[in-house]
Formats: sequence, structure tokens, C-alpha cells
Amino acid sequence: MRFLSELREGLGIAWNAILANKLRSVLTTLGIVIGIVTVTLMGTAIAGFRASFLTAIAAFGTDVFHVQRFSWFFESEQDWRDASKRQQITFVQVEELARQLTLSESVAPVAQIGLSVGYADRNSSGVQVLGSTDQYLKTSGSVIARGRFFSGAESSGGRPVCVIGANVASNLFQTLPPLGEAIRVGDKPFSVVGVLEKQGGAFGDMGADDIVIIPLEQFRYQFWSNPDLNVQVKVGSLERMDEAKEELRGVFRRIRGVRPSEADDFSINQQDQFLDAFNRVLAIIGSVGLFITGLSLFVGGIGIMNIMFVSVTERTREIGIRKAIGAKRRAILAQFLTEAAVICLIGGLMGLAISFPISLALQSRLGGAMPLSVVALAILVSLVTGLASGFFPAWRAARMDPVEALRSE
Amino acid sequence: MGRKLHAEAPDPRRNLTSPDVSLILIDKLARRYVMGSETVHALRGVDLRIERGEYAAIMGPSGSGKSTLMNLIGCLDTPSSGTYRLNGIDVGEMDDNELADIRNREIGFVFQTFNLLARSTALHNVELPLIYAGVSFDERRDRAVEALEHVGLSDRMRHKPNELSGGQRQRVAIARALVTRPSIILADEPTGNLDSKTGHEILALFDELSTKGNTIIVVTHEEDVARRARRIIRILDGLVESDEQAKVQEQPAMTRV
Ligand SMILES: Nc1ncnc2c1ncn2[C@@H]1O[C@H](COP(=O)(O)OP(=O)(O)OP(=O)(O)O)[C@@H](O)[C@H]1O
Ligand SMILES: [Mg+2]
Repeated sequence: MRFLSELREGLGIAWNAILANKLRSVLTTLGIVIGIVTVTLMGTAIAGFRASFLTAIAAFGTDVFHVQRFSWFFESEQDWRDASKRQQITFVQVEELARQLTLSESVAPVAQIGLSVGYADRNSSGVQVLGSTDQYLKTSGSVIARGRFFSGAESSGGRPVCVIGANVASNLFQTLPPLGEAIRVGDKPFSVVGVLEKQGGAFGDMGADDIVIIPLEQFRYQFWSNPDLNVQVKVGSLERMDEAKEELRGVFRRIRGVRPSEADDFSINQQDQFLDAFNRVLAIIGSVGLFITGLSLFVGGIGIMNIMFVSVTERTREIGIRKAIGAKRRAILAQFLTEAAVICLIGGLMGLAISFPISLALQSRLGGAMPLSVVALAILVSLVTGLASGFFPAWRAARMDPVEALRSE
Repeated sequence: MGRKLHAEAPDPRRNLTSPDVSLILIDKLARRYVMGSETVHALRGVDLRIERGEYAAIMGPSGSGKSTLMNLIGCLDTPSSGTYRLNGIDVGEMDDNELADIRNREIGFVFQTFNLLARSTALHNVELPLIYAGVSFDERRDRAVEALEHVGLSDRMRHKPNELSGGQRQRVAIARALVTRPSIILADEPTGNLDSKTGHEILALFDELSTKGNTIIVVTHEEDVARRARRIIRILDGLVESDEQAKVQEQPAMTRV
């Protein structure tokens, strides 16, 4: 009750003080306005950058789990030896997995072998031949440049067709059209139905263009009847990665008959090191950006502090009067803190009123309008700036000796 | 006329409200101001006892320590040495917050320069002590209106100090002092900034408040102001020079505002 009426009194005083010095208040608030505008725009840019990067890296397979016998990262040699004793992942297990998963979009088994390939009198060695299903197009995130990927029917029917990587296409065919031609994989003829878009080794993924993809049935029939499969499981959304991973682990343990007391006999790998690295970079960019823009807010805060000191000095007598009739230190402190907070809050809201339309106008470049979290943060930050910069002046006011204060003129 | 009143002299009638505690009991009170290498002795050891319902005037030449004494009695200031018991409680032991509470509940100040908040209406000025006392909005309003009516300003409640005459301002200040129903009303030269006619109106108001049982202490330079009080305390160089009771009889009834 007392707190509320003191707060009301504080707000009333703050409002009167601002009205009594309109020009001064406006000028003082300007620093906060500019600070909030720059900080919120920076926050929006960072949020937009993050969002567009997340969608971008989803194309690189960050939303894909790679289920394998081996982990990508071994803690020790012992781990590696244990992993090599694990039973292979079979095609039947993958089919079963694809049937049971509900949280993932697509599942593709992948077998792999290094072979040389040729066309007419040209040969290319060091090519990876992948045996998979039509699902591979989705799980790998590959893009078809020409032609098409092989169909489900071709895949399950084990047709001798292939899709070739960009490097394979240029090495074997140079400028000739590859579609419909038959190439030699090992010694076996496969007809080219599609060419993949060049991926490049942007993330150290060398050799991504030196591949030939054939139906898994052909792979087993021609090259390796019982290969150790990798399974690519595409979740389709970075938001539900954790749930999807849990489901995947549970289902695959059941399929492979892992008893509850036993550890997994497979590894679920994930390209989250990209995400980690990205988050680190973003954290640096973000903190540097916010620090620089935050400086303007800091300067604004100093302006508030300065004007609050002036205000306290001007109103020394008023402080004396209030103390004489029973205002406690706390009440005086609260009064001036409220005043500083109100000024900053008004500045913050004005800043938002300026930066929000700007963020809408620049939506395409900033990668999105201002998120609600930035709006809330801006309001919070301006309040905190007010409280922080108002504290010393308010403290001085609260500590004033009532007799001295009353004597002042 | 009058006679010396010893601080220890008991007055049986006071005992009706409080059996053995004086309202104000001051013992060897001193206040020094240290200014660089010099020390100003504003009060050098004042002994004083004031009972509930008294109307006392403090007189003395400029610089004798009257305001210093008033500030101490009003708990605005703390003594350098000596004790001050208000209602039997040693004020010297109190911290800043407790002193603020005492000022709020027990003391009503009336200043020579009015000391109203310039940007607030008369009503809000009078409400202010109740805000710090934590009184609810409705009660606050009612009591402030009542106090303003009491000083004859019911038609000036929404006026700001600069829209009021000096006498009216001082009435607002008196209403503000009364509104918390304090134990003591302290007035430091309340008529010093007023012409003599307005001054007399204010003094009449004090007379009336005294008749209703309020304890009033007035600092003044004017003998005729002092004569309205029933007790005159003369201060000289930070000491009580004389302390005389004008009339011992005809004490008012003990009803407060
Ligand atoms: N804050 C202070 N610092 C230093 N000296 C002070 C202070 N306040 C008062 N004094 C000194 O204490 C003495 C008493 O001052 P006080 O204000 O009590 O006098 P007064 O009796 O009220 O005078 P007047 O009638 O002029 O109001 C004076 O000599 C004054 O200079
Ligand atoms: Mg004085």
C-alpha cells in the first residue's frame, strides 16, 4: 500500500519534472533514443542473420543423422576397437527403421566403395560409388543439375542406372551430353539418368563431386553383396532434432536387439560441429556489434546521469521539505530512480517507435522484422539504463541532510 | 509578571494523559558545527521540559540558536551531545528511518518561508505527509480536505502556491502540519514573511489550535507574538537565559483537533 502510493507519487513527480523541463528532457532522452535504435537494429540484424544461416545450413545436412557402426569422434583407440566388433548394419534393419520412425522425414541406406569409372577411352579413378535408394536425394540434400534422380521403382528393381557427380561428368564427358550414355563402373555398364550440381568443397567436403550413385540392389549384386551400411536419417527440421534423435535411438536399439542394460551398438553422428562453430562466430559478431552499439546507449546513460545530478541539485529544497515531513531515504531514492527510469523508458519507447518501422522496411536485408524478444529486451535495457544512471544522483539526494537541504536556495 | 518555571516542576494536570513522561525532555543538549579549524557552538547545553498541550514561544537575538533548537526538537537534526527524549524515547538512539517516521507522525513543521512544493496544489501539499505515512488514497483525501477546511481554505484546494497569498500559503503549511495529528507543532518565525494583519490571522489560528489541546512551539522575534503563548523561553548564545510562564491558570481543555 505504502509502496504503491509512494510509487504513484514518484511517477507523478517524474511526470511533472519532465513537463517542467520539456526541452531539456527531450535533449536528454535523445541519447537513449539513439542508443535504443542502434541496439535494437543490431539485435534484429543478428537474429535475422542467425535465422537465415540456420535455414542455409539445413541444406548442408545439419538436420541429418548418420547412423553408423563407427562414431565420427573416437575418444580413444579402445573405443574404436570396440566399435569394430559391432555387428554390421543390414538392409533389413534399415527398412525396418524407415517403417517405424515417425519424427523423421526420410531414411536412406548408403553403401560405399572406391572404384574407377570410364566412358569411351577415358577413365577416372578415385571415384566413390554409392549404393542407395531414391531417398538419398532427400537425405543428402544433393541437387540435380541435369536429368533426374533414379526413381523408387528403378531403385527397388535394381536397374543399372546411375547419377553422377559434377566432376565425374566433366572428366568423362567434357562437353558431351552425358544423359542416356552408358558408363563403366568397375567393369559394369550403367546408364546415366542424371548429373548432380557441383557442390564444391566449401566445408572441406572434398570429393563430394567425385561420386557415382547407383541403386543399392545393383551395388549388392555387382560389387558387394553384404556391405556395412550407413543410414542417413533426415529429420527435416532443426527444431525437433532432440526428440527425433531419441526416437531414432530407441527404435534402432529394438531393431538390433540391444538389451536395456547394454550400451548402443551403433553411433548416431551429426554435423553439429558446423552449428557449434557458427554459434561461436555469431557470439563474437554479436557481442562486438552489441558492444559498439551499446556504447551509444552508455553515452545516453551518462547524459541521464548528468541531468539527474542537475535535477537533484535544483530540487535540494524540495528534498528537504519532503524529508522534513517524513520521507525516508528509500522514498527519496525511489523518487529519483523512478524519474530516471521514466525518462529512459520514454526514450526507449521512442527508440522502438523509430527502429521498428525501419526493421520492417529493411526486412529483406536484415533477414526478418524485429523479433518480440528484441522489443522486450529494448524496454528492459532502457529501464535498466535509467535505474543504473539514476542511481548515483538518487543516492546523493537520499543521503542529503534535511536541515542543509532546507537551508539551500 | 510570570515566574520562573523549573524544568523539573511537575504539573499535576498533565498526568491525566501520560502519568510520568514529559512530551519533551531535553538534557544538556549541545550542537556544534565544525567549519574547518573553527567550531561554532550553536547550542551549549540546553535543559528544557515541555508538557503536552503547552503553547511556548522561543525568543532570542539572531544567531542565538533558536532554529538549531527547533531542528533538534523536530528531529531534523541530531545533537552533538546531551539527550532528547520525546514521549520518553531517546531520539539520539534512532537511525535515519526512525527519525523520518517520528517527523512524519509526531511533528508538524511550519516554516517562515512556507516550504510548500511549488508545482503541487494545496491539496496535494497537504496530502504529502499522509503519502509517506502510507495512508490509503480515500482517507488521505478526506483528511487533507478536512485540514484545509479547518484553516479556512476550502475554496483554494486546487490552487498552486504561486496562486495563493502569503497568508494563504502559510495556512496550507499549517494544514499540512496538522493533517497527521502530530504531538507537536513547531513554527519557526511563522509570521516573519507576512504583514502584521495576516500575521495576526495566523496567530489567531495558533491560539485556536492551542485551545483545542495541541502542543505548539513558536520561534519569534516579536514580543506581542510571544505574549500569546503562555510560556516564553529566552535563548542567548546557545543557552536558556530565562523561562517564564505568562499565566499559570486557565489551562485549556484537553481536546485535540
Ligand atoms: N549549518 C551550519 N553550519 C555552521 N554554523 C551554523 C549552521 N547552522 C547554524 N549555524 C550557526 O549556529 C548559530 C545559531 O544559528 P541559528 O540558525 O540556530 O540561529 P537563530 O537563533 O535561528 O537565528 P535567527 O533569528 O537569525 O534565525 C549561528 O551562529 C549560526 O551561524
Ligand atoms: Mg532562525
